[in-house]
Amino acid sequence: MIDFTLPSLGADMDEGRLDEWLVAPGDAVERGQVVAVVETAKAAVEVECWQEGTVHQLLVPVGETVPVGQVIATLLEPGEEPPAVTPGPRTPPSSEGRRRITPAARQAAADRGIDLGAIAGTGPDGAVTLDDVRGATPAPAAVGAVEPAPSGGEREPGGVDRSTETRRAIAAAMSRSKREIPHYYLTQPVPLEATLEWLNRENASRPVTERLLPVVLQLKAVALAAHEYPDMNGFWSDGCFQAAESVHVGVAIALRQGGLVAPALHDVASKSLQQIGSDLSDLVRRVRVGSMRSSEMSDPTLTVTSLGDEGVESVLGVIYPPQVALVGFGKPMERAWVDDGRVRAVPTLVASLAADHRVSDGRRGALFLAAIADLLQHPERL
Amino acid sequence: MRLTYREAVRESIRDAMRSDPRVFLMGEDVARYGGTYAVSTGLLDEFGPERVRDTPLSELGFVGVGIGAALGGMRPIVEVMTVNFSLLSLDQIVNTAAALRHMSGGQFSVPLVVRMATGAGRQLAAQHSHSLECWYAHIPGITVLAPATVEDARGMLAPALKDPDPVVIFEHAQLYNRSEETGDAPVDITSARIRRAGDDVTLITYGGSLPKTLDAAQTLSEKGVSAEVVDLRVLRPLDTDVIMQSVRKTHRALVVDEGWRSGSLAAEVMARIVEEAFFDLDAPPARVCSREVPMPYARHLEEATLPQPDKIVAAVGALVGSLRGSTL
Repeated sequence: MIDFTLPSLGADMDEGRLDEWLVAPGDAVERGQVVAVVETAKAAVEVECWQEGTVHQLLVPVGETVPVGQVIATLLEPGEEPPAVTPGPRTPPSSEGRRRITPAARQAAADRGIDLGAIAGTGPDGAVTLDDVRGATPAPAAVGAVEPAPSGGEREPGGVDRSTETRRAIAAAMSRSKREIPHYYLTQPVPLEATLEWLNRENASRPVTERLLPVVLQLKAVALAAHEYPDMNGFWSDGCFQAAESVHVGVAIALRQGGLVAPALHDVASKSLQQIGSDLSDLVRRVRVGSMRSSEMSDPTLTVTSLGDEGVESVLGVIYPPQVALVGFGKPMERAWVDDGRVRAVPTLVASLAADHRVSDGRRGALFLAAIADLLQHPERL
Repeated sequence: MRLTYREAVRESIRDAMRSDPRVFLMGEDVARYGGTYAVSTGLLDEFGPERVRDTPLSELGFVGVGIGAALGGMRPIVEVMTVNFSLLSLDQIVNTAAALRHMSGGQFSVPLVVRMATGAGRQLAAQHSHSLECWYAHIPGITVLAPATVEDARGMLAPALKDPDPVVIFEHAQLYNRSEETGDAPVDITSARIRRAGDDVTLITYGGSLPKTLDAAQTLSEKGVSAEVVDLRVLRPLDTDVIMQSVRKTHRALVVDEGWRSGSLAAEVMARIVEEAFFDLDAPPARVCSREVPMPYARHLEEATLPQPDKIVAAVGALVGSLRGSTL
């Protein structure tokens, strides 16, 4: 029997509310499959399961808030027989998208503290109906009784309080960062002439939908550089640094309702520019509609923030714990550039690094930043 | 007393004319011919040409005359042959009769009753067969009635004539030959009625679709689905209390409306169900309406165009899914 626990989806999360189960008892689960949607202070996050097995029991009913680390479901290992007692009702595997649950069924389930995820739907197109809920048994007592459904606006997950919650979560993480992490900061202007020329040439031959954005080059450059300087890429925990094997770049994305999240783009160093571009637009789209995966929330090994759109010259960021570095990019703008004793107007960008002095020092950081600057000027290497 | 729907309407007119000298009947062919649907047969002999008046083919004109007479203190019953032709008089009904109380700051009202036949099923093709009740139900300032039973046909005219504001009564032409036991008491013209009680699904309908819906409900009960049938009766203002009570009990709703579905009364009823009873719904509200074509002449095409009991049963099947005990 495997215990599936509520994962931590970032340093600023200590509990989450279960919004939806996407599997039901009896379903086979693969590694990496999204099994539940959990509401954190910042977003509704799709939680993946990293073990293969068959869902045995869902222990937390929809709507309940539980601490990180609590067992929320049990899985049977491949080949394992279910224990004799407590057979849950079987559901047809929920195929794509949202399960069909009628408003009356939702209401009744909330009133009785019944876990909709464990109920098989017999209505039109497999919808869970009132009859199905009436025929189901309430959630196991061990989990604790569920409060009667809150009335009015609170039905909407998050609702009014989401932005306050988001702010609170950011406040906690950033205070911790500034309290615990001895930051040092470096900046370096990067001429972009060659880069932009290359990008224009490259984009001229691409269809509109496949054109590359400058930010894609930035992400790849950071990832490749981090590969060379592993002490910028990883986590500080329990008093020592642990380098990460892959570079999962956290991308700071502003939320519509205010606040920021920085979910991970996975394995950026090994992906093509094309792939990074499409992964990025997919990630941004999902963040804006509030559907991120748990691995995206908990995985970033190094964060990139780009405030170029806002017109600031450079950004000196606050490291997101337990990461140890953050790379910032300001707005690309024309500056007077001295080159060969002559002054020219050249498009440039200020790249910055905020790094953890416990792990690295200024010289190491400077080399890392120089590597990024160098890669950015040689886009053909990206 | 067993009456046909046709006789019930005639008796209600006769009662009204006997009891109130201000009441008179006017319309195309209502006097000497006895009414296109034979509703007014015999009334000319009994009340004379002053009170049972034939009019020329001029809907705009004679509905206007009716409004004038009502303003002058009379209680006119104006018969328009079908709802299709009544569109010629829409200006009088919508811009004058319905609006006058409001436009005169409450100084004038128009105690007019307009009766008209509606609906298809008699192979009279597109210009005689449409169900445009919805167009009238859209207009504030009038009451719109759709008697679907002989009792309502008998009992709705008296309160309609008592109403100080215009009332439009739709008589589905398919209903005239139906006969039922009935009394002669007035009925109320403010509420919807439950015509059959049930637990699993609410079928909401009115007028000519009521008998078909009751037939479907009977078939459904044989298949293990208990359908409640709500007869709207009053299309404006809608009595939503009865609808919501029923939907809250059954959790499923199907609207049957001979009108076309786009912008229809069925659409309005569904919208209100979603607004007022969303969290009680156990399936998306559904409807059976006429196919969106001008009504065909050929019998098989006409039948295929209209709501029919088998279509209603099938639609309920999709709504209830595998309801316990049902064999749909």
